[in-house]
Amino acid sequence: MRMGARVAALLVAAVVGLAGCGDGDDGSAAAPSAGAGGSGVTGDVTVFAAASLTESFTRIGEDFEAANPGVEVTFNFAGSSQLATQINQGAPADIFAAASPATMKTVTDAGNGDGTPVVFVKNQLVIAVPKGNPNGVTGLADLTKPGVKVALCAEQVPCGAAASKALDAAGVALTPVTLEQDVKAALSKVKLGEVDAALVYRTDAKAATADVDGIEFPESAGAINDYPLVVLKDAPNKTAAQAFVTYIQSDVGRAVLTAAGFQAP
Amino acid sequence: MGGEPRAARRRVGGRVPLPLVVPAALGLLFLVLPLAGLLIRTPWTTLPQRLTEPGVLTALRLSLQTATLATLLCLLLGVPLAWLLARVSFPGRRIIRALVTVPLVLPPVVGGVALLLVFGRRGIVGGWLDSTFGITLPFTTTGVVLAEAFVAMPFLVIAVEGALRGADTRYEEAAATLGAGRWTTFTHVTLPLVAPGVAAGAVLCWARALGEFGATITFAGNFPGRTQTMPLAVYLALETDLQSAIVLSLILLTVSITILATLRDKWITSP
Repeated sequence: MRMGARVAALLVAAVVGLAGCGDGDDGSAAAPSAGAGGSGVTGDVTVFAAASLTESFTRIGEDFEAANPGVEVTFNFAGSSQLATQINQGAPADIFAAASPATMKTVTDAGNGDGTPVVFVKNQLVIAVPKGNPNGVTGLADLTKPGVKVALCAEQVPCGAAASKALDAAGVALTPVTLEQDVKAALSKVKLGEVDAALVYRTDAKAATADVDGIEFPESAGAINDYPLVVLKDAPNKTAAQAFVTYIQSDVGRAVLTAAGFQAP
Repeated sequence: MGGEPRAARRRVGGRVPLPLVVPAALGLLFLVLPLAGLLIRTPWTTLPQRLTEPGVLTALRLSLQTATLATLLCLLLGVPLAWLLARVSFPGRRIIRALVTVPLVLPPVVGGVALLLVFGRRGIVGGWLDSTFGITLPFTTTGVVLAEAFVAMPFLVIAVEGALRGADTRYEEAAATLGAGRWTTFTHVTLPLVAPGVAAGAVLCWARALGEFGATITFAGNFPGRTQTMPLAVYLALETDLQSAIVLSLILLTVSITILATLRDKWITSP
């Protein structure tokens, strides 16, 4: 009987997964009823996460699915602020992971968080330069040299806010050629060779080691970004969402995040 | 806008059929409702104060300038291209015609990357421009114009080509028999004949250039006063403040609709 129920639940989850492509709220009805085996969670979990979490969360999601057959984790990676707007406008999501507490606050202030967000990792800025560091950049001051083109994130997004904090701390006045809409866009300008340097998160530089070098600089310590995480109030699948949040903070999840270059909170 | 002089407009009698009216009304509703959504959420009380924020006018001016320059560039290159496609038969014309629509199909962000690969510092053409003349296009206002023209040109070419194919070629033939060369025929007969089509194409092209986002932010980047056009300003405002993004969108819409409506009355005689 137990086995039968489990198979049935799996089937339901599979059908829902197929039918409800990108329409995460369908899974809710099927989710809580199946209580067989493992951690007892099934159904879809929809995670809205900051772009800088792309590589590590995708990996953790796969591990979580492997450990919990019957669960499907779907991600929506984008700039944190954009995700916050989508959530506040009623997008069906279970979990929100932001790259800054300020962005998280817009969601919790709107009453869309379930409980208090927890900071699960920290991230720090580095200077991304083309592989081999042709301009010999060693610190922020080198970025003001004539002819050195720099891309920063716009101040409206977390990486831009961190960059301006770090530049202020260093007392460096810098005129970038562009203020990019998110950290991946800033990084891609370095990868394409259109700028000589960009201030990006350590994790982003690490994910692109084939094309860029990440230069550490001391002033970034004054602009560390906390990444908060929360289960949403209107989460269609709260049980599984809670399980995934716990999994992210488990040793397995932490190992993936540390390998990606994140720091423990 | 068929351009057939002898087809006098007259009412084809009777009632308007429901199978046309109902979908037409639904179509209109579908297009207009999102606009209503913006209007409903507009913070009218703080509107005047938001309008006078310094960055807004700069972005609006840059948008209008670049969209106009991009349209001029498209007219300069696109009208001859449309003429070639409509009037000269050459092998591979079908393929060329399909290639013209590439920017329509390409996601604009990909278009921006493609432009970088050609006109960027390490691009095929850009590298040469940089080393020979010291000209760099990415992150400049010229870059914005190029990105907008790339995305908007197909609208012009398709509209003008359609007008040319619809135009009566007997006038051109008459001009030719009277001894006019192809160039004279083009400037004195063809162009006046398809002027409404060119105008309609230019309007579409301008509107598309004005709203361009993806290729612009990818190729030209985002810097206030230099490459930050209204759509880019709206996107970044959205990151922090939904209401200010709505206000910016509304300004862009109002300005573009006003300009388009005025020009339309001037250029294209309404039925």
